[in-house]
Amino acid sequence: MTAPDNTQHDEALDGNAIGGLLQEIFGTEMTTAVGTCASCGATAQVAETLVYLRAPGTVVRCRSCTAILLVVIRRDEMNCVDLRGLAALEAV
Amino acid sequence: MAGTAVRGRLTWQVATVESVRPETASVRTIDLGVPDWAGHQAGQHLDIRLTAEDGYVAERSYSIASAPGEPVMVTVERLDDGEVSPYLTEELRTGDEIEVRGPIGGYFVWDGEDAPLLLAAGGSGVVPFRSILRHRAAIGSAVPVRLLYSARSLADVIYRAELEHPGDGVEVIYTLTRQQPAGWTGHTGRVTPALLAEVAWPAGQHPLAFVCGPTAFVETVAAALVSVGYPPDRVKTERYGGAGAS
Repeated sequence: MTAPDNTQHDEALDGNAIGGLLQEIFGTEMTTAVGTCASCGATAQVAETLVYLRAPGTVVRCRSCTAILLVVIRRDEMNCVDLRGLAALEAV
Repeated sequence: MAGTAVRGRLTWQVATVESVRPETASVRTIDLGVPDWAGHQAGQHLDIRLTAEDGYVAERSYSIASAPGEPVMVTVERLDDGEVSPYLTEELRTGDEIEVRGPIGGYFVWDGEDAPLLLAAGGSGVVPFRSILRHRAAIGSAVPVRLLYSARSLADVIYRAELEHPGDGVEVIYTLTRQQPAGWTGHTGRVTPALLAEVAWPAGQHPLAFVCGPTAFVETVAAALVSVGYPPDRVKTERYGGAGAS
């Protein structure tokens, strides 16, 4: 589409890209779920977060402060989910 | 529960390729027969999973190109270093089977809201907008639409024939970033805040914007719209990986 940029933000996708993964994990539509960052307190819909698919596992960061909100590692058909970076996560 | 679609749960299912047709030199539209399709909304996507003979699995997300109620279609751009898109655009044939799950997403969805609509597409970011435009026509919506479409050249414009007749009240504005045909009088170069200020509905009309494309494109457009007064929650964004999506 375009030449890849090297800045971190330009490599990031957003929460739309993990709509399927999160629906698999939580059992409901999650791109419209609202998360609260445990580091800075910012709230945003999952679709608006920074998402890195090429990290080891899937890494979701806060668009306001870039702290890690959520990490998903898949091992042997099982998803290991780390939610420590989220103070709250509420599906609509 | 194998093979049973449970509401809310996403289930992988086998889809059959009904047809494959070229859109541009590197882009194909694939019609899929999905037996247990729950029906989708305009703007949603699906996941495609390919499994190699050695068991290696690759998954990618693709926007749905067809309107709600139409058979499922995806439009895929071949990325040279991709794991999935070269197969989908070059190897896939009518009658082949692939695994899909969906529909997925609720944020990047147009529900027919009665507000002027700005659609900003970078490259294959135009795909969900085809679903939105077709849906608009199908439901008889009179919402005025401007589609700002940034493409490398006229030959890279996806759905070009369809976009020549986008419907009453729909205006398509191109900007060609790399190559322009002789006598081109349209916009050239990447989308700039100045171009957006010219094309975007005034914020006072309470427009709704959808922006889809490579990450850098989306960041530029979304920031420019906010700077001309669009509330951030009226600017829906979806980023495709430039290099990352494959």
